[in-house]
Amino acid sequence: MIQKKFLLNFSKEVSEQPHIYHLVKDYDLIVNIFRAKITDEAEGFMILEISGEKDALRKGIAYLRDQNVGVGEAEKGVVWDEERCTQCGNCLSHCPTHALRIDDPATMHIIFDAEACIECLACIKNCPYGACTSVF
Amino acid sequence: MKSYEEINEKIASGKAVVLTADEVSDYVDQKGLAKAAEEIDVVTTATFGAMCSSGAFVNFGQCAPKIRITEAWIDDVLAYSGVAAVDAYIGATQLRQNDPENMYYPGEFRFGGGHVIEKLVAGKQCQLFALSYGTDEYPRRELRTWFTIDDLNQAIMVNPRNCYQNYNVATNLSDRTIYTYLGALKPHMKNLTYSSAGQLSPLLNDPLYRTIGIGTAVWLAGARGHVYAEGTQHAPSISRTPGGVPTGGAGTLALTADMKQMKGRYVRGVSLKGYGVSLALGVGVPIPILDEDVLLKTTVRDRDIPAEVIDYSSDYPNKTGKVLAHVNYADLKKGNIELLGKRVEVSSMSSYAMALEIAELLKEEVRSGSFLLSRPLQPLPVEQELKSLKIRKEDEVR
Repeated sequence: MIQKKFLLNFSKEVSEQPHIYHLVKDYDLIVNIFRAKITDEAEGFMILEISGEKDALRKGIAYLRDQNVGVGEAEKGVVWDEERCTQCGNCLSHCPTHALRIDDPATMHIIFDAEACIECLACIKNCPYGACTSVF
Repeated sequence: MKSYEEINEKIASGKAVVLTADEVSDYVDQKGLAKAAEEIDVVTTATFGAMCSSGAFVNFGQCAPKIRITEAWIDDVLAYSGVAAVDAYIGATQLRQNDPENMYYPGEFRFGGGHVIEKLVAGKQCQLFALSYGTDEYPRRELRTWFTIDDLNQAIMVNPRNCYQNYNVATNLSDRTIYTYLGALKPHMKNLTYSSAGQLSPLLNDPLYRTIGIGTAVWLAGARGHVYAEGTQHAPSISRTPGGVPTGGAGTLALTADMKQMKGRYVRGVSLKGYGVSLALGVGVPIPILDEDVLLKTTVRDRDIPAEVIDYSSDYPNKTGKVLAHVNYADLKKGNIELLGKRVEVSSMSSYAMALEIAELLKEEVRSGSFLLSRPLQPLPVEQELKSLKIRKEDEVR
């Protein structure tokens, strides 16, 4: 069993198809959708975690690519700009999964663990410096 | 015992022994106070956080025909112009014109004076719009132009209150989220927020103002600045630990420096949801180790610094004076804290990481001989109470 976070991009041409249904039904994958949006240009975005057998996951992703769905693995829906961040720590008690956290109490440096981020966007609402933004 | 002159001579010759307030505690523990006091010349302290009582005097220079500005806006943020013809003061918490404020609660407060100051220090173009009634020698009644900090004759930061010695810790006992200058506080005490650099904080390392006074040289956002007065609300007469550390606000500093010498990284506009705009600043203060007592005070640790937890949903706005609990900065920095039988998540509005960076930077500047210390011209008051405003009716004063 492996588990990975993805950012999917559905162009106007493919955004009306039930791709997630096929991932579950045809490839026996477990999906956990954090955030999805369809724009007024009918372009769609989705941030989700997919888990399943390694081979099934590989095939499921290949299916999505075959359907012209943009699959980003490294891309995250929430972007933390280290330069804009002043390391104040206002976000810490607002981040429910501790994706934003301090690992070393000696330096008090904030880190952003994108894999742990569930895209609740609390950091975007709360950051006084606008260090966190959303790609969509 | 060392004098300012001896310490400055060592700095100038590049031989000064300088430690940050973060390093000095362990060093003194190892070496012993007497030996360490002989060795160490300077301890650097620092803080980085929102300092609302900040702003800058700017002089635009004259245009032809000339103008005596009565109202001015920089990037649509009102700058106080009740001073000479082309002088103005841009304040950190002034909101951009037509900001909806809390009309659609909680407001976002995206742009204000703090952001203008950030843009200026970053060298960006800003828009000036100014009005006047026109006089014989200043006939122009309106102007609109664009400028950068380089076009200004002067841009002098003048901050009536920075570097609060200590600060209270905010939480929320009510059943709804509240929005404060210490950030959003969730209902039923789900989180709390503090704002202090703790053991690195300038006035906590010189709690009775032996070396920090009017005239003391400070590092203000990368520029060499000075303490020009006691800060507003400077009220040192409050309860203190045996080491002299105040349990609440206490002392403050009024700081000034040339904004043209500042570094953008340490001058940052702040938007606080539901509250307003402000300016976050980095400040470093070098403390000359004149004797053992001065050194001992710099060895203060987070665990020695108490802070009072206040309910910002009721006790703070109503000024009841009630303190919910007493905590210390070592506990706060752990990220969550046991409070009144409950585990509470902790946030900070002050950046310890940035404070540490500034203390290190200042350490290097002092070590390399480029930052000399200055003896205070006048000490800060050590006894002074905070007054409250009495709301009087007209017939009471007749």
